[in-house]
Amino acid sequence: MNQIEGKQKIWAEYQKEIGDDNFFFVRSCIRQSFFPGSEQTFLKIMREYLGKRVIEDYRHTTCTGIGYHSDIVKLPTIETVVARHFSLMAENGCENYVPSCVTSFGIYSEILDTWEHFPDEKERIAQFLKEATGRTLATPKNLAHTSDIIYKFRNEIAAKAKFKLVNKKTGQPLKVVEHIGCHYSKMFAKRSQGGQEFPHVLVGMIEAWGGEVIDYPERRHCCGFGFRQYLVMANRGYSVANSYKKFESMEPYHPDFIVANCPGCAMFMDKWQYTIGSMEGRTFDQEGKGIPVLTYEEMAGLVLGIDPWELGMQMHQIPVETLLDKMGVDYDPDKKFLGFNDEQLPKPPEIVFQRD
Amino acid sequence: MIENIMTKNWGYQISQTRKINLDEVDLTIAQKILDMEPTFRLCISCGGCTATCTAGSFTDFNIRRVNLMIRRGQLDGLYEQLNHCMLCGKCHLVCPHGVNTRKVILLMKQLLSEYESHRQINKEEKNV
Ligand code: SF4
Ligand code: SF4
Repeated sequence: MNQIEGKQKIWAEYQKEIGDDNFFFVRSCIRQSFFPGSEQTFLKIMREYLGKRVIEDYRHTTCTGIGYHSDIVKLPTIETVVARHFSLMAENGCENYVPSCVTSFGIYSEILDTWEHFPDEKERIAQFLKEATGRTLATPKNLAHTSDIIYKFRNEIAAKAKFKLVNKKTGQPLKVVEHIGCHYSKMFAKRSQGGQEFPHVLVGMIEAWGGEVIDYPERRHCCGFGFRQYLVMANRGYSVANSYKKFESMEPYHPDFIVANCPGCAMFMDKWQYTIGSMEGRTFDQEGKGIPVLTYEEMAGLVLGIDPWELGMQMHQIPVETLLDKMGVDYDPDKKFLGFNDEQLPKPPEIVFQRD
Repeated sequence: MIENIMTKNWGYQISQTRKINLDEVDLTIAQKILDMEPTFRLCISCGGCTATCTAGSFTDFNIRRVNLMIRRGQLDGLYEQLNHCMLCGKCHLVCPHGVNTRKVILLMKQLLSEYESHRQINKEEKNV
């Protein structure tokens, strides 16, 4: 075996299997509130651009992950909720389970792992499920996060691209900070693309679409969400300090935008910039406007030429126009806050971060 | 409309970072101790010394912590802490890596007292 084959063999061990079609898609509580356009964009890309079959079921509920991580929901309760979700998947004739939330992905991974190691526990939960709902327990053949799916089809998306992650004026690749959710690759590394050491899920997309990944010292540091430190208001100073550390560390590399695969990370890295700007009057970009933070569906959507307001990018705390201008994306500023039926929605106040 | 966000009451503040930049702190004392007592380099911060230390049982003195602070160049208040040590040497007996802790403590006291007196002189000169 030569050196290249050896490396390929090692890298193969870091790859995860991802289903090809017939996906059972489950939504995220956080994303539906903060990035409602992203889940819609995922469905649009899958169905309209890639021609895949993606099933949703209105009976799907929260996974209760936030309650679980804050010690409100007990383990057998969340296991039973998850068992019900899996049985919905089976009822819909699917085997590929695709959660949109990284917290949920971590929960599903943890529970599948628990059942694998403790079959008695699986039996017990099957019994609970039967008693509570009359349903039969099923487990997915394949569990993949929505970012895994977009990663898998990144080259197909690149082939249909209208824009590249390139600065239209300079012709240089855009510099991108990629942030992986801790619950995606740090807990059950074998279920992530590239494992703990080389998480490749976002890198693969960025490189396939023409961008350049920034490797900065605090790249793998947590965004600070972490449930417990955020949920109690008095503790939020600790949560924001984590993002602060990352922003300070990435600042010298002049990132054009940040992309995250976890709803909590994207939300906090976006909103904490507003908080830090408000508390200390500082931002981490050169123009004093903040660094735009995208979801991977928004990044894919921009590459495919979908209108940024259709992607829901007006929901961002840090305005995305600086990035749109760099990419040369055509957008109508007057349509930013138009709702359905072209009804004008209230505009948020203009924010100035600098101190007097 | 421009929102005046600087006057908002957030209900919390940004926690200060515990980051230590080793390029900016004073590591001369740590280096001198490493030169004079090379076993200091072997410390793995296991805390065996602290667990056995009688002085540590009755005061907030923590020899493992003092060792670590010296290595990080965080010297404030360490001299006063070391005054709790009785130089009994129990820590030396239990150390799994054979760090000559008693010798390290003596060196720390000597070097920190020089450091403290320099600081005092500097302060007084500034005040004059
Ligand atoms: S020599 Fe000092 S530090 Fe070591 S055990 Fe005795 S009192 Fe504690
Ligand atoms: S027992 Fe030895 S190795 Fe452990 S912390 Fe103390 S000095 Fe270091």
